[in-house]
Amino acid sequence: MSERDGILPGLVRGLATTARSLTRHTHTAEYPDVSPALPPRSRGVIALTEENCTSCMLCARECPDWCIYIDSHKEELPPTTPGGRARQRNMLDRFAIDFSLCMYCGICIEVCPFDALHWSPEFEYAEVDIRDLLHERDRLGAWMATVPPPPALDPGSAVPAEVTAAAKPKRPAPAGAAPAARARPARPARTEGGGTPARPPRPRREAPTRELPVTPPVDATQVIPVTPPAPEAGPGTPDAGGPAPRLQPGEGGE
Amino acid sequence: MLPTWLEVVLRAVAVLLAFLVLPLLVGQTEHKVMAHMQGRLGPMYAGGFHGWAQLVADGVKFVQKEDITPARADRWVFRLAPAVALVPYLVALAAIPLSPSVVGAPVDAGVVLVLAVIGVGVIGTLMAGWASANKYSLLGAMRAAAQLVSYELPLVLAVASVALAAGTLSLVGIAEAWSPWWLLWQLPGAVVFLVAALAELQRPPFDMPLADSEIVFGAVTEYTGLRFAFFLLAEYAGIVVFSLLFAVLYLGGWAGPLESWLGWLWTLLKGFVVAVVVIWLRVSWPRLREDQLQRLAWVWLVPIALFQLALTAVGVVMTS
Ligand code: SF4
Ligand code: SF4
Repeated sequence: MSERDGILPGLVRGLATTARSLTRHTHTAEYPDVSPALPPRSRGVIALTEENCTSCMLCARECPDWCIYIDSHKEELPPTTPGGRARQRNMLDRFAIDFSLCMYCGICIEVCPFDALHWSPEFEYAEVDIRDLLHERDRLGAWMATVPPPPALDPGSAVPAEVTAAAKPKRPAPAGAAPAARARPARPARTEGGGTPARPPRPRREAPTRELPVTPPVDATQVIPVTPPAPEAGPGTPDAGGPAPRLQPGEGGE
Repeated sequence: MLPTWLEVVLRAVAVLLAFLVLPLLVGQTEHKVMAHMQGRLGPMYAGGFHGWAQLVADGVKFVQKEDITPARADRWVFRLAPAVALVPYLVALAAIPLSPSVVGAPVDAGVVLVLAVIGVGVIGTLMAGWASANKYSLLGAMRAAAQLVSYELPLVLAVASVALAAGTLSLVGIAEAWSPWWLLWQLPGAVVFLVAALAELQRPPFDMPLADSEIVFGAVTEYTGLRFAFFLLAEYAGIVVFSLLFAVLYLGGWAGPLESWLGWLWTLLKGFVVAVVVIWLRVSWPRLREDQLQRLAWVWLVPIALFQLALTAVGVVMTS
């Protein structure tokens, strides 16, 4: 139907539309009576696992509007063995987030290296006075109970880094000559930017114990270095064994 | 037989009760029907069950509000206007029969009386608009007056056609003379009556006099509290009056099964259906512009009403 086909069809269509929605389900969310079904990864409030926090201050420093307050002091732990060294550690005195400033960017949660901060879907913490939105660590800790287990990954998403790391084939245990034998095929590949231009990096990825290809395939896309240093300088030295000699050549390719 | 004074008191109380209950019923229906037509739930809390007492709560709220008369207003006219708008519908409701026996005040020329008093209502709006000392109010009142004058004519012509068909000016007589084939014969007149009634009520799509996006709330912009509530009550009482009138004139009133006992219920039911249609039109259609509104009345409704009158005359002559 075009817009120009008269006023009457339009009026009738209006009546039909309203009559139809009269018989359909309503969209009203009866919120206080029925709690809403929140999507996964909902950002309601930030919960704190105090035991995980090392007072490293990363979150406070990364927070774009500086609404995380952390106070801590150092505490000395007595040596566990006689004659041992006393150790120091950080004790958290205060951890507070001002939710009247927080913009729920989640940077603090991303940046925390110790998984001390988590998103909780809890959202019912309105206050009458804006100053009451500064929540201390006990309140933040209480919200940990509302943190859901991490949701399943979306279909088609990338494999998480942890899984990739865990799935990597274990390196053989370093025993006797094994490291040296292993080092040989690996090293030339690494220095391919330095001395052996025709050598592709791929062989290193594959079975590490494999022998070097005698005639390596030429990779057309590979960049040929302008100043080729002595090709054996890099790969040659590791043959000696330890990693220390590696420092000496000072190659750019390393 | 009751003494006359007691009968008068009883009838007055009954009419007043109907006047207070029926508009609330229509208002609550509007709340709910409109909400569901828009995919909402409408009031859910007042009174417990699906917000049935919402309008009672609204009434309590209105009573508590401050009664403000603007300093520059024409005091007495301003204060009297709600009553002038409201009382005509009360009188009209008294004269509309629900069945030959259930009627507040049986009047011989009921059609004339009802149409005449309904016409008075516009004076209340004009008074309100003029006395408010507010340009929006004045604009709204002028629009209302222009609109009501335009639509009064097709309304009266449509009703005249029915009266002609029935050969009487009595509402009871018209409903009694009604027969199902009038549904077809009087159809153009019925449509004209419904459209004109909507316009008389100043309800969407004919709410130009109130157009809140242009002139705040038209003639009632300055009103607060109970006086404002009276204007609202007048609107819903108007729906009740026009719906019942439509039921009596065009739908045969109490005609239906078990007519002798349940006649009044049939009239009420038919009137209720018409009221729902009035609500439905409000939800579905956009507001008419002032010129479109006048055009509709003079270019379409008046000729159709005249055509209906001629059709009725031909029909009456042929069947007599
Ligand atoms: S979510 Fe963003 S704004 Fe809020 S505390 Fe964390 S870093 Fe600061
Ligand atoms: S980044 Fe994590 S561990 Fe560091 S202070 Fe913040 S919450 Fe504690």
